[in-house]
Amino acid sequence: MSKKKDITLNINGRDHNLSVDPRWTLADTIRDHCGQTGTHLGCEHGVCGACTVLVDDSPVRSCLMFGIQADGKKIRTVEGLANGSEYHPLQKAFMENHALQCGYCTPGFLMLATGVLEAQPDISDDELNDVLSSNLCRCTGYANIIKAVRAAREEMRKTS
Amino acid sequence: MATATNRMLGHLGDSVERLEDPPLVTGKGRFVGDINFPDQLHMRIVRSAHAHGTIKSIDTSAAEAFPGVIAVWTNADIDDVPPIDFREGSDPTLALFRQYPLARELVRYVGDPVAAVFAEDPYTAEDAAELVILNIDPLPILINADETPQDFMGKATTEAAVVEQGYGDIETTFANAHKIVEIDVKVSRHTGVPMECRGAIGRYDEARDVLEMYGAAKVPHRNRDTLCRMLNRPASGMHLFEGHTGGGFGIRGELYPEDVLVCVAAIRLGRPVKWIEDRQEHLMAANHSRQQRHIIRAAVAEDGEIVGLDDELYLDQGGYIRTHGTRVANMTTGTLPGPYRFPVYRSVCHFRLTNKTPAATYRSPGRCESTFVRERLMDAVAVAMDMDPIAVRRRNLISLEEMPYGRALDVLGDSVEHDPGDYAGLLDQGLAQIGWEDLQKQLEERRANGEMVGSGISMFFEKSGLGPSDGAKIFIDNTGCIEVVTGGASIGQGFETAMAQIAAEDLGTDYRRIRVVHGQTNRIDYGVGAHASRATVLTGTAVSLTAQAVRAKALDMAAELMQTTAESLTITDGAVHSKNNPTGPSLTLGEIAEALLPTSKIRGDREPYLKGEEWFHIDHQTYPYGHHIAVVKVDPDTGGVEIEKYFIAYDIGRSINPMMIEGQLVGGLAQGVGGALFEEFTYTEAGDPQAVTFADYLMPTLQETPEPEILLTEDFPSIRTPLGIKGAGEAGITGAAGAIASAIDNAIGIPGAVTETPVSPQRLKKILREHGK
Amino acid sequence: MKPTAFEYHAPTTVNEALALLAEHAPNDGRILAGGQSLVPTMAFRLARPTHLIDINQIVELEKLSVEDGALCIGATVRHAKFHTPACEGVLGDLLTEVVNNVAHYPIRQRGTFCGSLAHSDPASEWCMVAATLDATMIVQSASGERAIPADEFFDTVMTTTLNDDELLREVRIPLLSNDSVYGFQEFSRRAGDFAISMTLVTYRLEAGKIVDPHLGVGGAEDRPRRIAEAEAALAGQIPSDNVFRAAANAAAAAIDPMEDHATNAQYRRELTATLVRRALENTVS
Repeated sequence: MSKKKDITLNINGRDHNLSVDPRWTLADTIRDHCGQTGTHLGCEHGVCGACTVLVDDSPVRSCLMFGIQADGKKIRTVEGLANGSEYHPLQKAFMENHALQCGYCTPGFLMLATGVLEAQPDISDDELNDVLSSNLCRCTGYANIIKAVRAAREEMRKTS
Repeated sequence: MATATNRMLGHLGDSVERLEDPPLVTGKGRFVGDINFPDQLHMRIVRSAHAHGTIKSIDTSAAEAFPGVIAVWTNADIDDVPPIDFREGSDPTLALFRQYPLARELVRYVGDPVAAVFAEDPYTAEDAAELVILNIDPLPILINADETPQDFMGKATTEAAVVEQGYGDIETTFANAHKIVEIDVKVSRHTGVPMECRGAIGRYDEARDVLEMYGAAKVPHRNRDTLCRMLNRPASGMHLFEGHTGGGFGIRGELYPEDVLVCVAAIRLGRPVKWIEDRQEHLMAANHSRQQRHIIRAAVAEDGEIVGLDDELYLDQGGYIRTHGTRVANMTTGTLPGPYRFPVYRSVCHFRLTNKTPAATYRSPGRCESTFVRERLMDAVAVAMDMDPIAVRRRNLISLEEMPYGRALDVLGDSVEHDPGDYAGLLDQGLAQIGWEDLQKQLEERRANGEMVGSGISMFFEKSGLGPSDGAKIFIDNTGCIEVVTGGASIGQGFETAMAQIAAEDLGTDYRRIRVVHGQTNRIDYGVGAHASRATVLTGTAVSLTAQAVRAKALDMAAELMQTTAESLTITDGAVHSKNNPTGPSLTLGEIAEALLPTSKIRGDREPYLKGEEWFHIDHQTYPYGHHIAVVKVDPDTGGVEIEKYFIAYDIGRSINPMMIEGQLVGGLAQGVGGALFEEFTYTEAGDPQAVTFADYLMPTLQETPEPEILLTEDFPSIRTPLGIKGAGEAGITGAAGAIASAIDNAIGIPGAVTETPVSPQRLKKILREHGK
Repeated sequence: MKPTAFEYHAPTTVNEALALLAEHAPNDGRILAGGQSLVPTMAFRLARPTHLIDINQIVELEKLSVEDGALCIGATVRHAKFHTPACEGVLGDLLTEVVNNVAHYPIRQRGTFCGSLAHSDPASEWCMVAATLDATMIVQSASGERAIPADEFFDTVMTTTLNDDELLREVRIPLLSNDSVYGFQEFSRRAGDFAISMTLVTYRLEAGKIVDPHLGVGGAEDRPRRIAEAEAALAGQIPSDNVFRAAANAAAAAIDPMEDHATNAQYRRELTATLVRRALENTVS
């Protein structure tokens, strides 16, 4: 094992002071060392997108970064999406549109969509399809995920 | 309590939001990877890199010496643990072909577990696993199930079984046939691939002598029974717990080598043992499925009636026979006739082992394969007889007047008896909805303008509600909390919501107030889990019967307290009141439960508690039915296929929650499209698997997945169940490959062109080239 | 699928990075930029670096500017930077079109242009762009700097002529004149997948005739390259279906396609002909 290094991960506004092995992926660091297991691992090689989180507001695959690289960065995960007991518009839309079944890919889709809708509130349907094709879902056939994200886009435009 | 003005939610047939969703959209799910126990060890499996060979030696010394490693096991360390047995009980004819948790004398596929490393953390376990040295004497490698079988350990051949089903006189029928139409078609090796890899945690409580396994799915009770048999434990000392499950699709939740290993290790190492599969392992270790080659022929009369069907098929089972035994062979041969009459029939399945990952059931097992084969044949008959493909199908469909239609075929121990259903009638509705005639004209015009566009249809019948029995318990406490305890399983299909809706119907309560328990073997003694589209049919009906019994008890108690008759009372919003006076005096279910406590003086001689337990027994499975229609466009230059339009018609009998049923159909179709156009496990001649990453195993993304139009009918409630329910889990996938293949044939103007899935651009381009297109 | 152990270094200047690279390269020390290709390779333990030198904190490597008639792309410029034109003119537009085919949106937030080139996957869009447009690689080690032309940079599958102790500091792509036209085509099984074959073509018209044609093919061979035979079929010709078909056939005939478990050479060759023809048709549509 290589030398551990001390870092601070800021996850959903809370600082976690950790001593990390450099080879721990960001996903493993968040899940196994910060207790935030809402971020899921589906492939660990960057294809499925289940582990998508926001790093400094950009959606990235947390299996393709090392935890040590996120030292001092602002990380947002699915646990931070709701505002207290109030669901984020995307969470609401996913439930209303039956955009999840087993729910394993859901956190990744939610964070991907959050990142892109915050950056591009007026994103077109086609561009949105392109972005959402980044992540894999094996249950829903995607149609309801598209509907949910489009519904949330309208809702987020209203409230922003 | 909700106010009387709030509409009570969750009646049968309402598309209400799911109870499962809130934790899943907030990151509070408890999937197996999210569960940890103090002092736990992490297990890493060392897998064979050889497809076939004799184990000469395994050197674990370097791995054992690696810092952080607690133990390294080979089969020699657990030689008292038997091979993994069959779910439905022992079968001496197949026993030889079972898999040990760690390979004993042979390795039989790349990925075969040969050693297990137990270490303090997963990174260390993986480091140490690389240090295990495996010395193998190679044996001949068998990749194709349709080649001559090989020796199996000097005791048998790799043709483990021949499964034959049929009825009538094949020889005479074919000898007298007006025409014989034969095709030779293949379904590729592909499988469920849930987004969550497998995982298992074994934990032993020595004080109570209880062994626990977390990460169970699909069939926790059946796996408990098998583990008890294998490890010689009583059921009261062996508990399996299902948490959230990231997709099932038939492959997840069977009893695998790793499940057994964490249980044994938890006892012998005295610490909890956690195993989380990685994706590369998953693609070579979890059950594969589907791979079959059929040589099938139809004896056709002058008017297009198919008077006989004769099928010979080769099923590629892979390295071992796992928990299902010959189930897929049985379902393939038992369901191949589908919705058609076929008065004479024979199907012979050569159930053969190869040196590939073991295969078993994947969503719609047997039906998916046989529907593709049969519908390819229907198209071929249409061409040979110069008939319209719809007309050929109509000519052979079983009619409503013949229902219920039995035939001498066995599907999972149940003789096939079709539920009443109007196959031709649903076809009429489907064709009308999609505007079939106009569609054909449009496609013809476009083809005349040089486009390669076409349509295809695939008809099927499904099976669901495999019996024989299931039960459920309901308990209402004195706070009014309603708990429904089942032995069902939730694999993402909305089980909790469906059960809550069913219970709410009779308990007069908002479905959101009902807690549904599933997959916990310490909460209920029995359970069928979630497979074969049986959860809603069987467990749902048991829940309904139990809710009715509890309702009767509540009304009976309330009648005494309210000094009236039970018949005059009803339940609304969790409170009992007079039918004639909804706003008059009422008693909540909690108050009634209080009156039924063992210590209650007003209970009388009633059994204590407001609770019930009822059973449902079914004598035949239910057989829902439908069809798929695909419209595709082929790019003649690249061989690419675009699905322009897709349509699914399905008779569900009775829907509990149409939103969830449509979700099952749309999601099933995405997997169907994967199997038809993208997904395939290929191997080299040396037996090396070539699709062990998500860059090589191609599951459709949003861009490749069409959104189907759906016609969901409730025209024929099942006669087998009091609620009329038929299953919905598999119909989205069953017809997909057949419809897409048919549409491709039509688009490129080459009848019978597609004989193999997936129809990759390269395969399609080859077809076009060979036909000068 | 957990990476093997390594020491982690996070220099803040190029010189510091080069010193670390000089020290650790002999023991399989490597540069970590976006990590979108390296980290998966490490997850499969196919790459097992003992030291990773993370250059993401070196501000000077974020450079993205036009200098001396070329677009200069620093080592940590992410793919997503090209979602909007990185420079004025035809080149900026071209890169904006191509970037939508580079992997997927989240990968583009993190992966880098230069990292793609250093990784040298034959099916990388950026590698093909660099080869087609005669990019120059500015590489630097502790002992000095050198410029490598694209046609000398890509060696074979995942292999470049970059030395182990060298950092690909910057890529310079010559700007395209305002009268340049371009066409880009790729074909993959699914959205965002690596291409089975792809092509990029640019040229100008003088007196209605094609001049200075650049036609590159990627994904089909072990490295991306310009196809001289196809360019010859275009040079001096008036754009027409026949000319385009001739160039497409020339390209298909000239390549030596790779074979893998999913794709054979014949398919790749036919596909390349189709894509080249379509890319050329794009130039006039």
